[in-house]
Amino acid sequence: MKHRNAVGPLLAALLHAPLALADPGALLESQCASCHELDRAAWEARADSREGITAPPLWYAGDKFRRDWLEAWLQDPARIRPAGFVPADHVRATPEGDRVDEAGLPSHPALPAADAAAVAGHLAGLRPLAAQLAGEAYEPGDIALRMGQMNFGKFKGCDGCHQDEPGYGGLSGPELYTAWRRLNPAFISAWIRAPQAVDSAATMPSAGLNAQEAHKLANYLRAIGAEDIP
Amino acid sequence: MTAITTRIALAALLAFAAAGTASADAGATDGATLYRTYCTQCHGLDGRGNGINAEALTVQPRNHTDRVEMSARTDADLFKAIKHGGKSVNKSVLMPAWKAVLDDAEIEALVAHLRRLCCTEP
Repeated sequence: MKHRNAVGPLLAALLHAPLALADPGALLESQCASCHELDRAAWEARADSREGITAPPLWYAGDKFRRDWLEAWLQDPARIRPAGFVPADHVRATPEGDRVDEAGLPSHPALPAADAAAVAGHLAGLRPLAAQLAGEAYEPGDIALRMGQMNFGKFKGCDGCHQDEPGYGGLSGPELYTAWRRLNPAFISAWIRAPQAVDSAATMPSAGLNAQEAHKLANYLRAIGAEDIP
Repeated sequence: MTAITTRIALAALLAFAAAGTASADAGATDGATLYRTYCTQCHGLDGRGNGINAEALTVQPRNHTDRVEMSARTDADLFKAIKHGGKSVNKSVLMPAWKAVLDDAEIEALVAHLRRLCCTEP
């Protein structure tokens, strides 16, 4: 499921400006900040309201994302959240139940390779949580797929909001069969254990899991995502 | 003014505005807004238990417009279920605990909204 922005070519042209490559931070401020919050204090001040928010914050992008994935995704963006960042903004009631209004979902522009590399490099440096995540004692390990699936679904209920394979699971949260490719392992572990300890404005409820339980779920995301990626 | 300076100024303005709002209405205690943000993905825009996640759930979300069902729950039951999750009231684990996201005033606002949904709205 891929979504190209109609203004992509225009943005791409703008992004080709010399300033963009010379200063990816300036490019972020000028091109990305209207949707992605880059300032921690401003983001946390919006914790009580999702109004007007259309995209995830990026102030801790380097803690969250794998750099290589970011660079590739920026060149060929595909939707990760089936119902957008704030699902209620993209849902309509029907007699058969609520449905995602896909036509209204925002798209992300694709960046030329050089700009994607520059932006990904800059984002990778945004690591205000580095010290916190360094203390996340998670060593990626193996898990029996069937056991992991049972734990993810039946026991922990994660599949109520997240898909662990295309077409299976809830629609309000980001897809998780790509999580291991997208996200840093320590971030995954910390987020599962206590989302608000990572991002005080996170909307994912905390299941109150201990470290061992969080690691088990993280290992399941590894198993369904990409075991070949460390 | 540079872009960064503008941004800092905007952030400061936002923080100031947010602080003012927080003292004025004690946070987002508008039950309808909270319900829309946190509950509708499972319980539905209209509260009928048919949100976008409902088809993926092994236990169907509560229909909050069902007067009979909702009348069987006290406000304290509803508060506990929201704050500590379905398991705390012997219901489904699929109803998560929202205590890390919502404070008590916000949960109370949600309980009041549930009462409007079930029992006062036409």
